[in-house]
Amino acid sequence: MSLELDSPRTVEVSQRGLTARQAIADRVFRIGLVAATLTFVILIAGLFAELVHGSWESLVAFGPKFLWSSEWNPVTNHFGALPFIYGTVVSSAIAILVAGVVGIAAAVFLAEFAPPAVARPISFFIELLAAVPSVVFGLWGLFVLAPFLGSTVDPFIQRYLGFLPMFSGGIYGIGLLTAGLLLALMIVPTVAAIARDLIQAVPNELREASISLGATRWETVVHVVLPSARAGIVGACVLALGRALGETIAATMVIGNRPAISASLFAPSYTLSSVIANEFTEATSSLYLSALLELGLILFVISFIVNGCARILMWSMLRSQGRRP
Amino acid sequence: MQPAVVAAKDTVPDLVEIALSAQAVSAWYGSKLAIRDINLDFIRNSITALMGPSGCGKTTFLRCLNRIHESALDARTAGKVLLAGTNIYDADVNPVVTRRRIGMVFQRPNPFPTMSILENVTSGPRYTGMTNEPRELADLAEEALRRAALFDEVKDKLRDPALSLSGGQQQRLCIARALAVKPEVLLMDEPTSALDPLSTLKIEELMEHLAADFTVVIVTHNLQQAARVSHFTAFMLGDADRVGSVVEFAPTGEIFTHPKDSRTEDYITGRFG
Amino acid sequence: MIADSRLAPRRRLGGTAGILLTGFCSALAAGLLIVILGYVAIQGWGAINPAFVTQLPHPVGVPDGGVGNGIVGTIIIVAIAAVIAVPIGVLTGLYLAVYGRGLSAELIRFLAEVLSGVPSIAIGLFAYTICVKPFAHFSAFSASFAFAVLMLPLMIRTSEEAIRGVPTSIREGALALGLPDYGGVVHVVLPAARPLIVTGLLLAIARVTGETAPLLFTAFGSQFWELNPANPMAVLALQIFTYAISPYDDWHRQAWGGALLLILAVLVLNVGARLALGRHGKKS
Ligand SMILES: Nc1ncnc2c1ncn2[C@@H]1O[C@H](COP(=O)(O)OP(=O)(O)OP(=O)(O)O)[C@@H](O)[C@H]1O
Ligand SMILES: [Mg+2]
Repeated sequence: MSLELDSPRTVEVSQRGLTARQAIADRVFRIGLVAATLTFVILIAGLFAELVHGSWESLVAFGPKFLWSSEWNPVTNHFGALPFIYGTVVSSAIAILVAGVVGIAAAVFLAEFAPPAVARPISFFIELLAAVPSVVFGLWGLFVLAPFLGSTVDPFIQRYLGFLPMFSGGIYGIGLLTAGLLLALMIVPTVAAIARDLIQAVPNELREASISLGATRWETVVHVVLPSARAGIVGACVLALGRALGETIAATMVIGNRPAISASLFAPSYTLSSVIANEFTEATSSLYLSALLELGLILFVISFIVNGCARILMWSMLRSQGRRP
Repeated sequence: MQPAVVAAKDTVPDLVEIALSAQAVSAWYGSKLAIRDINLDFIRNSITALMGPSGCGKTTFLRCLNRIHESALDARTAGKVLLAGTNIYDADVNPVVTRRRIGMVFQRPNPFPTMSILENVTSGPRYTGMTNEPRELADLAEEALRRAALFDEVKDKLRDPALSLSGGQQQRLCIARALAVKPEVLLMDEPTSALDPLSTLKIEELMEHLAADFTVVIVTHNLQQAARVSHFTAFMLGDADRVGSVVEFAPTGEIFTHPKDSRTEDYITGRFG
Repeated sequence: MIADSRLAPRRRLGGTAGILLTGFCSALAAGLLIVILGYVAIQGWGAINPAFVTQLPHPVGVPDGGVGNGIVGTIIIVAIAAVIAVPIGVLTGLYLAVYGRGLSAELIRFLAEVLSGVPSIAIGLFAYTICVKPFAHFSAFSASFAFAVLMLPLMIRTSEEAIRGVPTSIREGALALGLPDYGGVVHVVLPAARPLIVTGLLLAIARVTGETAPLLFTAFGSQFWELNPANPMAVLALQIFTYAISPYDDWHRQAWGGALLLILAVLVLNVGARLALGRHGKKS
């Protein structure tokens, strides 16, 4: 190897600018970054625009009454979204009620009470539960959960609470309640994992202050820790609610798929997403197709609003604690 | 302590040519002024030490000299820095090219974590477009590693990950990496502050040789280090608003024996703060 | 005043009951995974044999038959989706990490977060109007497009985090050598961020591998060995759905078999991603 040392100053370097090749590479790089980012933004804008465009015929034909008309009749070409909105809202409400309680409780246990040797495997399992594909949930719901509820739990509830309209009527196994519970299982991991992180993020000084005032750990959690993480936990629940609202395949498999509004939670129902899933490839008229696309548009707008609110809630909590989200 | 300091090096190089000249340099972080109106000339093939208490803006000033200050969030600079007569802040001077001519060694060793020892040293020549020729790269690497007094320690494991080296070796690797692009000026920000005394000694020894080919600016907290390695010393101090400026600049021997400013004297005799 | 140094019984009981209750809820949530996994394993195991994973579906009543074409179709569709989503996702993440200050960057982050919550069926409709309707037939490519859109939010977020996670000192090291922006990013920053980006990619792939809803009107399904992405293609998740809602016992059996394969694939991807992450975390 040559050890002849060049004088540093003899190296050819242009004094002011990059070589043409480097300047081009740098330019291409910057353009690439901006182009990719623009592509992403255009995709989202395109998503919205295409849904509006596709549902235009239906938007014009039915106007806002699409939202509260309960007739869904492909033969007469009359379409209204109310039964699906009802099914979606009720099944998601059941889901978030159950998943909210179970998920937050699990989060409290994992973040505050469980020793690491217990918390770690449980957290791991709960996170893996979130990864189970919805078609597998649907399969399990159809062949295990629905028969079990239909033969055991639903009759039991009806025997004691059957006087309430919500628990009256025929029992089929599949229906609103089954769908709601299955959705609850699917969104529990979302609530539990996010709420656990948010609870852990509550500053320790708050806990210590409460303990030093003579509160027990449980009282500290209930009166100090949970309230200070409240905005974020609500955000986590709203996020999970968003997932339940849009879940398609699992709901389709257990909700019964009947476009009727019934007071009973045991009755079959239909959701926005499952009617799209079932009828889209069979839609014969262009108005029918357009009406289905409008259901998709409603779903998109709802999920956009719900998720937007969830993010803002969680950001506001982390911000208020002086953290970068 | 003091006798050691008095033994400071007072040999000033014969050839006096200004390699780098800071003229009225000020720098801000957001709206906060960090250094004000600094004028300093750096003589070619000399070593200049920047000294001063913590927070007086030494790092900030050093980072203005190779335009790396402006890469931080909301950071801003004013004034001129002349490199061989050209203001590096001129609109048509590319900062990337400037940084090739003015190398920098950081306070903490920062080898590129995914690269081997050899790849670290050759990363500059390769990715700045100096050369891609394997032989040339090998020569450049050996030369740089020898100058950084690291070659003998790593010559048998050039393909090992850079992170497998000790902290002191990593810092010399970073020096070698900076030298491999053949800069005219080398900026060193407390290069030994994270190292043990033995590694410090090694780096101080190699600095003497560096001055033969480079113009070196070194930030140091350590008075003895400044006295041992530098030809010139600039003493910086922050004012009441914590805005730093240069209080005194003189040949190192002079500043340690006959400081003109009482604040300098306070600092080097340990009476400061 | 305080005569008894013990806690009032009511307070003690409240605490114990609370801990038991919350503990029960976490056991319930974790136990569900075991119940579902166990059930799928027991039911699915019987259906799995060499013919099941290598053969085409057979008509009802004809013995044997499998989901081989669905497995191949899943791989093809997910691979194309990754090829689309990786460059857009990583470059957007890079843009946010490097230049991502100010309102427009916050807006893009917000959009990515919100897009991650948009129902997959709505994205399927989008893919239908963009990639199916103009060509008047279903195609695997349209499914890949939908999957790519589904993968993007996760890819963008993990890429941005991975790149931000590279220490400033390393980035400045590249700057100080005189590497141009792209040089520092390509040769120094991206290699350092790669393990985390790969983890994000694995998780994104796991997420879409189990997706079914958008496939109904994009890939549509097929009875044949279809390898051309311009044509309708069989997909495992779709086959499970079709078999499950059919009235035939033999198809139900095959649905469980398919579910076992699918769940194994998704879990392996997830666990793999986590392990990669853990190893990386320990190293640095
Ligand atoms: N990234 C930054 N953002 C805002 N202010 C900064 C930043 N970095 C440094 N400062 C401020 O600028 C002033 C000078 O800091 P600088 O790091 O240059 O000091 P220093 O002399 O190098 O100190 P030390 O000897 O401790 O390294 C300090 O008041 C510091 O608080
Ligand atoms: Mg400093």
